[in-house]
Amino acid sequence: MRADLFFVVCLAVAGAVFAAAAALGNDYYFFAGYVVLQYIVLATAWNILGGYCGYVNFGSAAFFALGAYAAVAVHRLHPLPIPALLLVGGVVSGAVGLAMGYLTLRLRGAFFAIATLALAVVLETLIINWEYVGGARGAYIVRPEAIAPFGNYIRYLFLIMMLLAVAAITLARLIERSRLGYGFATIRDDELAAEASGVPTLRLKLIATTISGALMGMAGAPFPYYIGYLQPSSAFGLDYAVNTIAMPLIGGTTSWVGPLLGAVLLGSLQQLATVTISSAVNLLIVGLLLVGFVIVAPNGIIGLVHKYVQRRPDDFVGRRRIGTAAAPGRAPEPAP
Amino acid sequence: MSELLAIDNLGKRFAGFVALENISLTVAAGERVGLIGPNGSGKSTLVNCISGALRNDSGSVRFDGQVLDGTTAHQRTRRGLARTFQLPRPFASLSLVDNMRIPLFYTVAARGGRRSGSAIDARCLELLHEVGLEAKAQRLPRELTQVEMRKLELARAMAAEPKLLIADESMAGLTHSEIEDILALLVRLNERGVTIILIEHIMRAVMSFSRRLVVLVSGRKIADGRPDEVMRDPDVERAYLG
Amino acid sequence: MIFSFDLLINALVSGILIGAFYAAVTAGVSLSFGILDIVNIAHPAFIILGSYIVYFVSVSLGLDPIITSILVAPAFYALGAGIYQVYYAAFEKRGQESLRGLAFFFGLLFITEVMLVLYFGVDYRYVEAPYIGPTWHIGAVDIPMRLLLPCLVSLLLMAALQLALTQTFIGRAIMAVAQDQFALKLMAIDPIRIKRIAFGISIATASLAGAFLIIIQPVEPSVGRQYIGRVFAICVLGGMGSLPGTVIAAMLVGVFESLTATFYGPSWAPAVSFGFLLLALALRPAGLLGR
Repeated sequence: MRADLFFVVCLAVAGAVFAAAAALGNDYYFFAGYVVLQYIVLATAWNILGGYCGYVNFGSAAFFALGAYAAVAVHRLHPLPIPALLLVGGVVSGAVGLAMGYLTLRLRGAFFAIATLALAVVLETLIINWEYVGGARGAYIVRPEAIAPFGNYIRYLFLIMMLLAVAAITLARLIERSRLGYGFATIRDDELAAEASGVPTLRLKLIATTISGALMGMAGAPFPYYIGYLQPSSAFGLDYAVNTIAMPLIGGTTSWVGPLLGAVLLGSLQQLATVTISSAVNLLIVGLLLVGFVIVAPNGIIGLVHKYVQRRPDDFVGRRRIGTAAAPGRAPEPAP
Repeated sequence: MSELLAIDNLGKRFAGFVALENISLTVAAGERVGLIGPNGSGKSTLVNCISGALRNDSGSVRFDGQVLDGTTAHQRTRRGLARTFQLPRPFASLSLVDNMRIPLFYTVAARGGRRSGSAIDARCLELLHEVGLEAKAQRLPRELTQVEMRKLELARAMAAEPKLLIADESMAGLTHSEIEDILALLVRLNERGVTIILIEHIMRAVMSFSRRLVVLVSGRKIADGRPDEVMRDPDVERAYLG
Repeated sequence: MIFSFDLLINALVSGILIGAFYAAVTAGVSLSFGILDIVNIAHPAFIILGSYIVYFVSVSLGLDPIITSILVAPAFYALGAGIYQVYYAAFEKRGQESLRGLAFFFGLLFITEVMLVLYFGVDYRYVEAPYIGPTWHIGAVDIPMRLLLPCLVSLLLMAALQLALTQTFIGRAIMAVAQDQFALKLMAIDPIRIKRIAFGISIATASLAGAFLIIIQPVEPSVGRQYIGRVFAICVLGGMGSLPGTVIAAMLVGVFESLTATFYGPSWAPAVSFGFLLLALALRPAGLLGR
């Protein structure tokens, strides 16, 4: 399916979901759904660097929080409409991703991973000390009551996040099937051989880190409006750190479907569970699931489906097949 | 013949261990050079330094008139220098045909000229056909035998359309007729203008293929000349026969 | 910034004292990452676990923290050996250490922290011992006992580890396994067993480091995260597996952090260790083949 057609199909599905939620009449679905959509973006973003290239980012919460705090800083200066804030969040987090990548991606993946963990701690420290955005006390953002033509502001936020999720998935799928995606796969498989085959590994890794960081920042930008009162502990929270990694690993890292699956399943379960069990137990379960899946089902749910339902090897990657003279195959689309 | 590769006083050490010392070597365009030496003599280290996988500590490497020092491995490949790995390193999650696509996308395309998707497909199959792997085009590398993986290595290096191909032990484990096939392939490549450095332990193959033989022992070059003369050299005899 | 010579001397002294403690904290990672090449980012979590166990025993039985940690060390050793066994079977054997191994340890880090929160809550915990209150005064220099004792015991620990690594058979086998597993096999030594022992020792050091930590400062579950950058920075700067190097690097970091805290404010300490981490990574030999 071509990318633009896929995009339209996704929009249609998104529209249907929105309509269904509206029909139910209870705003709770929009509040809960927003969180799930947020995770779809975060998990997809993480997977572009983690699943496709094989470089683990432990500091996803930092990129998310940077987007949120960039939005707060801009709001204090001069309130802007949310789409503009998305851009701001994307640029800020993308730039930080690029800088971090430039400093650490020449080395082994392990060093990059460690650096992202350390970065998260440092950024939290910096934000806590920055009075302009409220520091440790937090920042209040007054959410407008309504915005035409949606009426309810939360529905507006939900819609924005939905569009962002559709865009993220479409982008991930496009990358996966393009020349760029092939390059990413070689970085994951064998960087040395990739370089020997002419793949500019550093450049591609920087592209992946920047896209990944930017998407996470965009997911964070509307967050202050959603939550109303932004504290460092909520933006840099533990739940973001672990979920962003757990969802793609549990769903499956080989394609765009995995993060989507992981985010929808895990995200929905957690939204349901927070009413019944404490958030700490909730996180514990996610952590246990992460460790369990990584040991037992390294290719996630997609892998399990391949293995037991489709009877293929569990790390099967469905790339398009090359044609024979009788049935010509389709070549991948060029990178964007 | 013009000089394609010029290595000048190259040295490489790992902590205290001197892997290569004072290696100087020139290879002219169109040559067929054999590189031999006992295990551990530094042949693969030399290949790594030439291809950019390792950075040499001293000396310089010039290729096609340009200095290579400071350039990355992928830049060297794009300039026309391809190598295979002694222990095959295929892209494990990609099918054989997709393994071929990578050099086509990232090396050949980078030099200019956009090929259509179906032209690329055809070229991939053609490359696999040259090494006899066309039937397994859709398979994954882990389904191949060791011998087939070496052929895949060679095909992937060829896919980069190099001016200079360094083949590092591509024939280990092959049968007599398979060796003949690979030799014939390398000769065909050479006739099309590709300069070849062949690193091998199979003396029969090296002797029949090389027009020039270079011998490396303990990180030093001890001989460089016509194969028959080199094999008669007393230093070389000592190195091999002990 | 109020500069005074007294402040400077005191900052230096406490920096060195804390530095020795940082060395003990990093010792485990020097073993697991520096020598065995296992990226155990969960190490700080095990240290915090050690702190909490020490707290619990101290509150219920009144035992001295350091003695408790030594008594508990064998249990930590067993934990480490068990974790390595799982890590090996699930990842090392399959060649998937990079992404999945990292995620595994991250999961452990996370699970440990959350379980501590569930069991003990997020309040700061501290222990009491006769040496925690008093401070030694030598002229203008203040030497708090709660820093001095962990410093001395840390240095003892480092010396003991170094002796064990260089003088005992197992110790030398551990150093050897980092360099050439195949050669070990030829000598009829099982490299997996050696690595298991080494990893067990690595986690056992976390027990002691945990005791030191809770003597030096009050502890709550998320404190471990600040140490991740610090620990790996020291390990890399110290030469990846060299224990003497670790001590020197740890002192450097300790002193710089102390100076920063004294003259700029304590909230900037994580930034110092992050800076060191970036510096350490920049000094690493570049290239994909470099370790």
